[in-house]
Amino acid sequence: MSEQRESLVHVRGLRKSYGDFEAVKGIDLDVWRGEAFGFLGPNGAGKSSTMRMIGAVSPTSGGTLQILGMDPATEGPSIRARLGVCPQDDTLDTELSVRENLTIYGRYFGLSRAECRSRADELLAFVSLTEKADVKVDELSGGMKRRLTIARSLVSNPDLLLLDEPTTGLDPQARHLLWDKLFRLKQAGVTLIITTHYMDEAEQLCDRLVVMDGGLIAAEGSPADLIRDYSTREVTELRFGPEVMSSDHDALAEKVEDLAQRIEVLPDRLLLYTDDGERAVAAVHERGLEPASVLVRRSTLEDVFLRLTGRTLVD
Amino acid sequence: MALVLENGRRQFDYWLTVYKRTWKGTLISSFLLPLLYLAAMGIGLGSFVDRNGTGALGGVSYLQFIAPGLLASTALQVAVGESTYPVMSGLKWQKFFHSMIASPLRPVDVVAGQFGFIAFRVGSTCAVFLVVIALFGGLSSPLGVLALPVVLLVGMAAAAPVVAVATTLENDAGFAMIFRFGVIPAFLFSGAFFPVSQLPDWIEWLAYLSPLWHGVALSRDLAMGTINPPLALLNVAYLLAWFAVGTWFAVRGFTKRLVG
Repeated sequence: MSEQRESLVHVRGLRKSYGDFEAVKGIDLDVWRGEAFGFLGPNGAGKSSTMRMIGAVSPTSGGTLQILGMDPATEGPSIRARLGVCPQDDTLDTELSVRENLTIYGRYFGLSRAECRSRADELLAFVSLTEKADVKVDELSGGMKRRLTIARSLVSNPDLLLLDEPTTGLDPQARHLLWDKLFRLKQAGVTLIITTHYMDEAEQLCDRLVVMDGGLIAAEGSPADLIRDYSTREVTELRFGPEVMSSDHDALAEKVEDLAQRIEVLPDRLLLYTDDGERAVAAVHERGLEPASVLVRRSTLEDVFLRLTGRTLVD
Repeated sequence: MALVLENGRRQFDYWLTVYKRTWKGTLISSFLLPLLYLAAMGIGLGSFVDRNGTGALGGVSYLQFIAPGLLASTALQVAVGESTYPVMSGLKWQKFFHSMIASPLRPVDVVAGQFGFIAFRVGSTCAVFLVVIALFGGLSSPLGVLALPVVLLVGMAAAAPVVAVATTLENDAGFAMIFRFGVIPAFLFSGAFFPVSQLPDWIEWLAYLSPLWHGVALSRDLAMGTINPPLALLNVAYLLAWFAVGTWFAVRGFTKRLVG
């Protein structure tokens, strides 16, 4: 099985600098055909710079990068002909109609007008925008614009779909609708590369992901593997009332230190990493501590990120 | 080069759609204004000038004197108009150039598409204007129809460097400067309304640097049938040089802006 998997994106020691600033400081990864691969990290981690290089738009500053077996430095247009790109900012033409945005974009890939029309109809149905086909993009909601951008990126039937922060700025309902569309693409065998700073998005969509921070890869694996390797099964969150200053958290942490495998002290709460959250809660109460609220939950990628970098993902 | 043409062709539907959306708005600036100039200056001021003898104008009526110059000036203004706000919009406001670059199109192809559209706008506007000029009796030689390719070249000689400048700007404030300190002086001192030899020497030499002066001179020579081949070649070469250098900087500017 593993010998047969095909690397669509092959990256070794990849770097990107803008003047003196090094956005990507040497990363290694492979994206296999058919998988949904994620870059999880905070803003400024180097995710978008990496995506622009994989999109064969931004030249690399060092290292090896092969996309679909080709070198972006010399075969950029051939690579881009087989990619779909959904950029972070919508780059739709707001004065054109919804359908025109698709048909015109298809022409850039050399599709005939008839092909563009039929693709546009299919894709509008897929992203549930058929009824909006003839309205101007200006009149669409944020979620609809994102769906249209995704439809546009699919117009050329790409082998590889790049999605940079696909749901940033969308309301929860719009996000779930979009995730559903992306999940269906994945089911249909489209290889997806997604950047996100939302851990729930990464967990929902990605088969495998890398955690990026400061231009480097901090960890790699499936969401479940990462949680298993870098966190405990459960987390107990203790919040104390307003009379407890955040400076007191360190003292409180010392008192419960032995109840968990690891403790994180955040400005507003303590996180106790343990495989049995309820038992930790009982022990906390036995020691006479009275947190204002207690929450026992499963570990998430957020905890993985906190463990790896000492910081939270979304501030 | 063949690839640029193919990739330019792929943008045809885009620019056609843009034109369908905007052509009504261009009617006033592209057709009505030059017509008003022709009427006010050519007929209004012209009747006054013609009464005092037109020997200094080469023996033609004032309308015939200024019509080729107005044609060339129109080419310049349409070209600059299409090289400023639309470029800023594609790079920064609507970012549609960025979406083109994510497809197989390259920056040089995007420049080619934009230039193709500018050429169409300049060519179609000037063709209509040339017909109007002919109807007004503004052409004294059949060679005047050759003024059309000449003013197309004037338009592109102006468009290329202006596009290059537009790629370096962060907002549209600079465009007002281009119009105030570039287009308007070039228009007034282009020789369209009077021979620049009437001006003090140093302004006269400044006028010779302007591509518009070369376009006006050549168009007028064609319209009056007074063509001087070596001088005409010099005019064409000078315009081509502006276009070539401008294009080089425009491609570089697009590449810098789109491919970081």
